[in-house]
Amino acid sequence: MAHGPSENFFSRWLFSTNHKDIGTLYLWFSFAMFLLGGAFAMVIRAELFQPGMQLIKPEFFNQMTTMHGLVMVFGAIMPAFVGLANWMIPMMIGAPDMALPRMNNLSFWILPFAFAILVSTLFMEGGGPNFGWTFYAPLSTTYAPDTVNYFIFGVHIMGASSIMGSINIIATVMNMRAPGMTYMKMPLFVWTWVITAFLLVAVMPVLAGAVTMMLMDINFGTSFFDAAGGGDPVLFQHVFWFFGHPEVYIIILPAFGVVSQIIPTFSRKPLFGYSSMVYATASIAFLSFIVWAHHMFTVGMPIAGELYFMYATMLIAVPTGVKVFNWVTTMYKGALTFETPMLFSIAFVILFTFGGFTGMMLSIAAADTQYHDTYFVVAHFHYVMVAGAVFSGTAAVYYWLPKWCGRMYDETMGKLQFWIAFIAFNITFMPQHFLGLAGMPRRYSDYGLQFADWNMVSSIGAFMYGGAQLLFLYNVIRTIGWGKPISDPKVWEGAEGLEWTLPTPAPFHTFSTPPVVK
Amino acid sequence: MSKRARALFLGLLSPAILLLVVGGASAEDAAWNLNMPRGVTEVSQAAYDIHMIMIWVCTVIGVLVFGFMFYIMFAHRKSRGVTAANFHENLTVEILWTIVPALILIVMAVPATTALLKVYDTENPDIDIKVTGYQWKWQYEYIGEGVKFMSELRTSQDEQYGRAPKGEHYLREVTQPLVIPANKKVRFLITGNDVIHSWWVPDFAVKRDAIPGLFTAAWAKTDQPGVYVGACTELCGKDHSRMPVVVEVKEEAEYDAWLAGKKEEAVIYQSTIGKEWTNQELLAKGEAVYAVSCAGCHQAAGEGIPGVFPALVGSSIVTGPVEGHIGILINGVAGSAMQSFADQLSEVDIAAVIHYKRNSWGNDMGDIVQPVDVLNYKQNQ
Ligand code: HEM
Ligand SMILES: [Cu+2]
Repeated sequence: MAHGPSENFFSRWLFSTNHKDIGTLYLWFSFAMFLLGGAFAMVIRAELFQPGMQLIKPEFFNQMTTMHGLVMVFGAIMPAFVGLANWMIPMMIGAPDMALPRMNNLSFWILPFAFAILVSTLFMEGGGPNFGWTFYAPLSTTYAPDTVNYFIFGVHIMGASSIMGSINIIATVMNMRAPGMTYMKMPLFVWTWVITAFLLVAVMPVLAGAVTMMLMDINFGTSFFDAAGGGDPVLFQHVFWFFGHPEVYIIILPAFGVVSQIIPTFSRKPLFGYSSMVYATASIAFLSFIVWAHHMFTVGMPIAGELYFMYATMLIAVPTGVKVFNWVTTMYKGALTFETPMLFSIAFVILFTFGGFTGMMLSIAAADTQYHDTYFVVAHFHYVMVAGAVFSGTAAVYYWLPKWCGRMYDETMGKLQFWIAFIAFNITFMPQHFLGLAGMPRRYSDYGLQFADWNMVSSIGAFMYGGAQLLFLYNVIRTIGWGKPISDPKVWEGAEGLEWTLPTPAPFHTFSTPPVVK
Repeated sequence: MSKRARALFLGLLSPAILLLVVGGASAEDAAWNLNMPRGVTEVSQAAYDIHMIMIWVCTVIGVLVFGFMFYIMFAHRKSRGVTAANFHENLTVEILWTIVPALILIVMAVPATTALLKVYDTENPDIDIKVTGYQWKWQYEYIGEGVKFMSELRTSQDEQYGRAPKGEHYLREVTQPLVIPANKKVRFLITGNDVIHSWWVPDFAVKRDAIPGLFTAAWAKTDQPGVYVGACTELCGKDHSRMPVVVEVKEEAEYDAWLAGKKEEAVIYQSTIGKEWTNQELLAKGEAVYAVSCAGCHQAAGEGIPGVFPALVGSSIVTGPVEGHIGILINGVAGSAMQSFADQLSEVDIAAVIHYKRNSWGNDMGDIVQPVDVLNYKQNQ
């Protein structure tokens, strides 16, 4: 029963079926991908530091933008939240482990292979994928390098991994809640993850369908996306964004969950409007299925379609606003302290809301004619994905790391990282709004002289932001190895929930007998 | 903390304030520029206006929400000795902050809809121009005028790779700009030849994807002559950033003179293709063209693929009157894989390949198709 982890390093990590070890694997993998994707970003920003081609060739530039997007979305952000889910969901609902531990092992261990395949294409003849993370046909089919087949294979494996991970989460939450842990008592992180898991199960097959149709077009003579063969390149975009828009919420919903755990803790006050948070999350998830073509306002849809997608997209602001108001009201009349996780969470609320504002602007189709495919869009989605998902992931690590390893991180270092990241983030991405409005398209390897100033500012910010991540790595390693040992189960004065009833550090097996929730 | 909070507040708002202070300058001199150009057409001004409305709405909401947050961060800190309250529900405020934003959105939907109607108002143009995106250049065709040309980047490799100083118009200069008249409604019919491109002129708020096999439409009408620079905005391969759009708006009289000059050039070109071609010349040329442009579907010996691509051997079109055959190459067959070759192949190529098909694989029409025939056909359309 109470046996510990395997003594043998390889069998412990390779054959692990323990939710905590698998969670750890996911988190380290995602951090490695975060650094790799970050390195690609540094190459991009270095080339864009000045007008003219200084460091790399345009072909390689396109490979860098593509790989940066793919690695960050599928390799860094998504696995990070799956890692957090693995660690925290069983502990939060009073379950001994995930419902399907062997599948859990498999869903993690196919990921490194997917990315090894994907990244290896950079070294192959013809180079890696160069058609953007949205891989629009026919650039990604008829005109793609041969390595596109590896890319397709890699995407399939990632999709399989995500689907397995999601099924596991759904099965765990449906079947393994402790007695008394009703749905409407589940912590918000669990709620947001269940909803995310349903989104994933619904849309990953659509992505798989898109890449399979590409595979057929490329190798087997079909013409799904080839106008010359009677197909339709716009069909690709509809299929892709039917996956792609829910995907952006797959990225952000668990982040909402994390922040909804942290803000009450450091406000020493329960989350305001718990049930409206649950309903808002569900409505966002629902709306995310019916707004996809707001990414396609310039493809020349009939005006009725364009109007519909505009109105539907504007609607998303309503439940998103509800969430923001609830967070702010949670803080209202609390007793606030500003430890590192709280700083990142507050920055999340502010910067994510800022990204929501630009999202609302983008939803206005007539104005989007000007914004679309410029740096304005790049700025928008980095506000929601970096200051949103990445900040909340960082907050989560600082918040739960002491629980996981029984050691406290260094608060000064944590705050230092926060302030560098916060300032650098804004130096990097705020100017990109201006660049986009002034007319600089995205995915440009070179630009006219009128864009030189803001690009240089943005690059400087990006290098600083990159540096802050090395500090993060240092802080985490230092905490695990040399942090001050702690044993208070609660860790944080205001923490509430089952996970904080467990000993610190969390033992290898927890809740072998389920707790009873009143 | 309060000092930090204040710094945070200012740091966040300053860009928004800057954005508001700096009005819409022209896209021309955009260094340190912050905002969208107001542009020179009704559509671009509508886009600009709704953009500014949105910025204001967001700024007001932002000041309220963030202001409240900063107040909380200042007033409700534990270090000030406060104790936390315990309330966590209030149906009234929940309803309020669902309804109020929804109402704001409904109000904003009105100008958003009007602006979009303007974007789509492409009916009744004075002039139609076909814009085709190629990897990595644009083709402009004045429909019905017989004028057509390519517009390519003029900036040298040396400038791009730092071997020569960069000129003032670095990456914003082309071999031949698109020329349009002032005070006329010009409609752009936009398509792609290979991958998807997107044709963008910020000062017109015209951005439409150039999709192979499809046409998208946009329009512009301005009373301000000048040179307007835009770009390709859909990733289209390695030189995506090297296919600028340059549009020159001329006064009407100047435009007419320019167009007349262009037509004259076209006439001179046509006379060179007016020569008589021999059977042998046409067959040789036609075979080469067939292999590249036709054999993919209709197969090497014109046998086609039953049920998918019709055979050309014994085909009623191929062995029918020349007119019909030219017609199908020029126009394609709507909704099928048979595309129009009018732009991809020259008159000489089209004549040669038709001649080849009429006189190969057992087809034996014995007549001769000349480039002039194709030309005549085109002009009579
Ligand atoms: C209030 C909520 C939001 C609204 C109204 C909104 C609206 C939009 C619109 C209209 C676009 C298309 C812009 C264009 O390409 O011209 C867009 C792009 C994008 N948004 Fe959002 N958005 C919102 C929140 C989010 C969130 C939460 C995320 C992810 C965490 C996100 C991620 C993205 C991404 C990745 C793109 C660009 C995709 C690409 O073309 O590469 N957005 N958004
Ligand atoms: Cu979207």
